[in-house]
Amino acid sequence: MKHLQAFGLGAVTALGMTAMSMLPAAAAWQPTRPVEFIVPAGTGGGADQMARTLQGIIAKHDLMPTQLVVINKSGGAGGEGFLDVKSSKGNPHKIVITLSNLFTTPLATGIPFNWKDLTPVAMLALDEFVLWVNAQEPYKTVQEYVDAIKAKPDGTFKMGGTGSKQEDQIITVAFQKAVGKKLTYIPYKGGGEVAVQLVGGHINSSVNNPIEAVSQWRGDKLRPLCVFDEKQLPYTDKILGDQSWSSIPTCKSAGVDVEYLMLRGIFMPPGVSDEQVAYFVDVFKKVRETPEWKQLMKDGAFNQSFMAGDEFKAWIEQAEANHKDLMQEAGFIAGN
Amino acid sequence: MFDNFLNLYHGFGIAADPFNILLMVIGILLGVIIGVLPGLGGANGVAILLPLTFSMSPTSAIILLSCIYWGALFGGAITSVLFNIPGEPWSVATTFDGHPMARSGRAGEALTAAFTSSFVGAFFAIIMITLIAPLVAQFALQFGPAEKFAVYFLAFASFVGMSKEPPAKTVVSMMIGFALACVGLDMVTGQLRLTFGFTELLNGFDFLIAVIGLFGIGEILLTMEEGLEFRGKAAKIDPKVVWKTWKTLPRFWVTSLRSCIIGCWMGITPAGATPASFMSYGIAKRVSKNGKNFGNGEIEGVVAPETAAHAAGTSALLPMLALGVPGSPTAAVLLGGLLIWGLQPGPMLFVEQSEFVWGLIASMYLGNVVGLALVLTTVPLFAAILRIPFSIIAPVILVICAIGAYTVNNNVFDVLMMMVFGVLGYLLKKTNYPLAPLVLAIVLGPSAEEAFRQSLLTSGGSVTIFWSNPLVSTIMGLGLLAGLWPLVSLLLAKLRTTPQPA
Repeated sequence: MKHLQAFGLGAVTALGMTAMSMLPAAAAWQPTRPVEFIVPAGTGGGADQMARTLQGIIAKHDLMPTQLVVINKSGGAGGEGFLDVKSSKGNPHKIVITLSNLFTTPLATGIPFNWKDLTPVAMLALDEFVLWVNAQEPYKTVQEYVDAIKAKPDGTFKMGGTGSKQEDQIITVAFQKAVGKKLTYIPYKGGGEVAVQLVGGHINSSVNNPIEAVSQWRGDKLRPLCVFDEKQLPYTDKILGDQSWSSIPTCKSAGVDVEYLMLRGIFMPPGVSDEQVAYFVDVFKKVRETPEWKQLMKDGAFNQSFMAGDEFKAWIEQAEANHKDLMQEAGFIAGN
Repeated sequence: MFDNFLNLYHGFGIAADPFNILLMVIGILLGVIIGVLPGLGGANGVAILLPLTFSMSPTSAIILLSCIYWGALFGGAITSVLFNIPGEPWSVATTFDGHPMARSGRAGEALTAAFTSSFVGAFFAIIMITLIAPLVAQFALQFGPAEKFAVYFLAFASFVGMSKEPPAKTVVSMMIGFALACVGLDMVTGQLRLTFGFTELLNGFDFLIAVIGLFGIGEILLTMEEGLEFRGKAAKIDPKVVWKTWKTLPRFWVTSLRSCIIGCWMGITPAGATPASFMSYGIAKRVSKNGKNFGNGEIEGVVAPETAAHAAGTSALLPMLALGVPGSPTAAVLLGGLLIWGLQPGPMLFVEQSEFVWGLIASMYLGNVVGLALVLTTVPLFAAILRIPFSIIAPVILVICAIGAYTVNNNVFDVLMMMVFGVLGYLLKKTNYPLAPLVLAIVLGPSAEEAFRQSLLTSGGSVTIFWSNPLVSTIMGLGLLAGLWPLVSLLLAKLRTTPQPA
């Protein structure tokens, strides 16, 4: 590893020098060491998959002069990773990918951390959430499922999700409010496990991200009922029979007024310069143009919004306020 | 069934490509190195090397990565046997008899037995995957939280009573383990527990840190006290040791078969290789004729956990491919790889990507044969390490342990924790508290707690869920029987003896 790094360093200096001699006007900041890419979640999850795809794309298309090294710091619902970035003040060779735990972890656990402790770089995409049931259940529409829930006492129907007091449970609470009946929420470690538990009939429904459940849908094991977004998904490739992502109705249109999107964004440690932020914004803009990225977006039916700068900051503030309200209402805020 | 064989034949055609064979050799060698270094587990190794494979075809990529996985499974046994440091979680049980064997100069035998058993376990699992993959995937779907808890319960129960120490000490040791396992985030409520405001404790106590400290550092401290030498020093290097050991192994075919079945079952459910190895060791100790001698260097005590661990590690890939749910951390990283290569694991993978799936299965056969041949040739070499004076090897082990502890989470705090665990391990050993129950509780405690609480959430708090269907009742019943067996056998003995004086 030492050798690799030394080699990388040499290569960087060489590259950096050529770049500077060739393009004096573009002598902006560039990384000079390998960049650590912190994933505040475990290996194999949605954030980890995206980080490793990014690493692969950047390496394959030579978008950075140095290596990008993915490091998982998942302790304390991601708090470990965020605290690590927070404490690396002024280090431009560190970036972190976020999921909703950017907001939910500090609120639910009281870990001393807020997104304002980091420097926002860019929003890469937003992850969608879909309401899934087992394909063998009789419910063909949200309405039928909601009617079935309403017909039984509170807590009869079981909703599985990833983690506790995080996005899946927040959606579940909002769903309960819209339906007017309580469900039993059962937390699991990862989205893949939730999908399999649903196939096995151990839970009644889930709010898996598209990419976590798509293969079970293709295998006709799970059925999507509605998507928690304001409009239907744009992807029209056939998945099962005539159905595609675009044929799933929105939950709102079916009378369940719940919308939720999860941030997949990039942040840097506090105290980095605007030039350094601009460098990474530029890198990720280039990433978005690659065919591999477009394929990932299509596979996971992502919402391809891209934001940076003040627009992104405003969006995060809004999202933080929303999470606070939702979690306050659900009683998820750490007591003190 | 016939289609499976036809597909497998095509698969061999793909896997036997010279480039793929070369990848197998590279993968196995890398894997062995990764397995030898504690902390740098298979999951980390695969994760680090994953980006290298993006430019390969998916089949070549998975062959390379799965061979790293086989290599790590093989390599984990090496440090367990030689230095009492389990390189991987699932080789903890291998230290119980493997290390005493090395200490009495039989390191070569122990390594040969470990490698060969690994191979047997893996081969059994692959044959099972070839023959009944779809059925097995179906079976795995039956496992909800209650069934999973029952499996963990059985693992704990079959382990209770296996130690030579008084039961009270075993229980104390296990409870320390459970307490340590509680530290960190509570999965069910999303709250932090027992961190006392220290952000370093957010992540809880990683099992690997505890094991490296308790076993590795503790062992070094003990050896230092005993006069700075390994008693295994006198080990003769005999190239024929492999052949000699092989001649003795067929005697343990019952243990092997039982361990294969336990391993496959635990790999699929998916509890993983670590509980499989503990459970298999515990049951072998209970059932075997030589059970009393387990822990003093019994070769059967190496065969049982190694066979089960490898059978579990291999069969863990099946739920990953067929259901998209990984049976082990390494499988989880491989799953990430599949997605990047544009393959969707799940029920349709066998249908849509049959070339890939059968190429992989064929590579499992070839990879394990290549792996066995490679590691067996290294047996005399590794056994020779014990001839190096302890005063030279001890600092090397310390450094490897420290690097290993650091690598787990890239955290210096973990290295300190490793030292603390080392002292704790030394103290526990001096006071004759068994370490194994502590380790078992740290490994399985969190998963068992999670499954238990998920079950109770499902049932609304009623414990009858653990007897709600034939599957879960059977496993719980087995667990109770295994846990209470010492009492039952005592009772039976009493019943038999009481008539005599009367």
